[in-house]
Amino acid sequence: MTGTLPTTVSQELGPDALLQVYRTMRTIREFEERVHEEFASGDIPGFVHLYAGEEASATGVCSHLDDRDAIASTHRGHGHCIAKGVDPKEMMAEIYGRATGSCKGKGGSMHIADLSKGMLGANGIVGGGPPLICGRALASKQLGTGGVAVAFFGDGASNQGTTLESLNLATVWNLPAIFVAENNGYAEATSSTWSVATDDIADRAAAFGMPGVIVDGFDFFAVHEAAGEAVARAREGAGPTLIEVKFTRYFGHFEGDQQLYRGDEVAQAREKLDCLKRFRARVTESGELTADQLDAVDREVATLIDSSVDEAKAAPRPAASELLTDVYVTY
Amino acid sequence: MARSISYREAINEALDQEMARDPRVVVFGEDNVGGTGSPGEMDAWGGVLGVTKGLYGKYPGRVMDTPISESAFIGAAIGAATGGLRPVAELMFIDFLGVCFDQIFNQAAKFRYMFGGKAVTPVVIRTMWGAGLRAAAQHSQSLLPVFTHIPGLKVAAPSNPYDAKGLLIAAIRDDDPVIFAEHKMLYEMTGEVPEESYVIPFGEANIVREGSDVTIVAIGRMVNTATEAAAELAAAGIEAEIIDPRTTSPLDLDTILESVENTGRLVVVDESNPRCSLASDIGASVAHEAFGSLRAPIQMVTGPHTPVPFADSLEDLFIPDAQKIIGAVKTAVDWSK
Repeated sequence: MTGTLPTTVSQELGPDALLQVYRTMRTIREFEERVHEEFASGDIPGFVHLYAGEEASATGVCSHLDDRDAIASTHRGHGHCIAKGVDPKEMMAEIYGRATGSCKGKGGSMHIADLSKGMLGANGIVGGGPPLICGRALASKQLGTGGVAVAFFGDGASNQGTTLESLNLATVWNLPAIFVAENNGYAEATSSTWSVATDDIADRAAAFGMPGVIVDGFDFFAVHEAAGEAVARAREGAGPTLIEVKFTRYFGHFEGDQQLYRGDEVAQAREKLDCLKRFRARVTESGELTADQLDAVDREVATLIDSSVDEAKAAPRPAASELLTDVYVTY
Repeated sequence: MARSISYREAINEALDQEMARDPRVVVFGEDNVGGTGSPGEMDAWGGVLGVTKGLYGKYPGRVMDTPISESAFIGAAIGAATGGLRPVAELMFIDFLGVCFDQIFNQAAKFRYMFGGKAVTPVVIRTMWGAGLRAAAQHSQSLLPVFTHIPGLKVAAPSNPYDAKGLLIAAIRDDDPVIFAEHKMLYEMTGEVPEESYVIPFGEANIVREGSDVTIVAIGRMVNTATEAAAELAAAGIEAEIIDPRTTSPLDLDTILESVENTGRLVVVDESNPRCSLASDIGASVAHEAFGSLRAPIQMVTGPHTPVPFADSLEDLFIPDAQKIIGAVKTAVDWSK
């Protein structure tokens, strides 16, 4: 089974579509939970920043996108990568710094990208993505591809100048862009209720001449609906939208973060708000899917993640000659 | 067929010809049109010093003004370049690199390497550099070393109209991110420029003047200053070879080394501040590679370790002049072992 997940779902979510998005969210969850374990055992170099808990955001938004469309991500990028169709096996190998990784081992967790899938990369610079997305949106508009561009950024980045400038530029140039502020309550160890001057990041939308909407980030269907409207607006040339997704991240800012700054919100969320639990409850209650179908996906995903890790650990490191390649196209 | 046009016109012509040839080339920056949203004329400025004038009318929809938000629009140029356009964005003054540098050095410069060779970012960032306009500390710097230092960027700094046109066309056709640095004191300089399109490859220095007594490497406006110095030196019986690298990244060190192996003496003239400058970079490389050929210590003629002053008398002291170059050459020539 290939690791890559098809991403586009029709607005009308039939059983196949529902199973597909469930698979996406489950893949992200299991991928992140496994990386959490493996990192603790000491095999993974560098920093990782995990997306567990936030799956509904990446999945809900990317379910409306295809290969014409671009996304830019953050340092917490594994979920966006998977939702946009980047191969989880290549991602795992990249996280381990192996030659078979998405970036030949030269980028790592914070720089996983797949430009063929419109995934502009996880980004190690807070606020690095929004200007790039203005550019991809401009290119779509100029070239008439019909594509849109989505900038995922966090509550931390919502205060960064680059983000604010990009909101302004997207409106002034009437770009087919969507700005998704993933407010998980913390910018590193500092609460967003303190660092963001207004109650909601979505309040900033009006300041930059675009609609702003707040959605429950634990509810796939809420994200899917809001994103669908924003993507449609963008595709028909009506300009950008700001979506604020509110939820919490299950792990620390980075793996190794003792999280002393937090309360008990993670335990509460895992118990009562979890997007996978809610999704399962809703689709089984309505009879759209059965528990067996979902369980089958769970097993397939578990196998995929296991083999991703096994293959990553067995893969070679890049050759020494790779140090000096890929700096320029020609020099 | 060549005719004499200005450095400004040569740049405008390069943009015009490339935009005609390739519909993916788009041009934008602050006031690159001038007038957007205003009640008066469009293309009112065509760039703060008129370099992009006329393009707006010829290429509707492909020449745009921007709000004053460099991070956003320089970043947009970079993002657009990964998405199939070939943008030529303007960072009005090189001194403004501070407000958008992340997009240039952490994003554009590193995409190809970080993404394992899978990114192509054919963006050109045009920018003005150099002192002499009495524009004071924040509008007069020569920050080429900052960009030259970054792997993944290319840097071109033409010294005359012919090179300006050929290097800009090369830059636009180049698939890597290019900083195209236009010396603000050279816009009025005229020279012979062919009407047709042509390319000057990056990494090829120009030997502006041949000579066998000393090698003078000069960049940008300093090429003219070095030429002035060379005329006076010739009258004193010293024949200087002047080399204009044209691009600082990639740098044609081989041409410089070949010359120094012949002359045994190197003077580097660089308008920027001295620490970690192009002068110290080229000087150190030559010292390393051609130590055995040197008959005198390498001379570096640069600005001082100060911001650029406003008062005309002080700014004129800041900028290396022909006399300073002559002094450096004579120091090298008079050196005895």
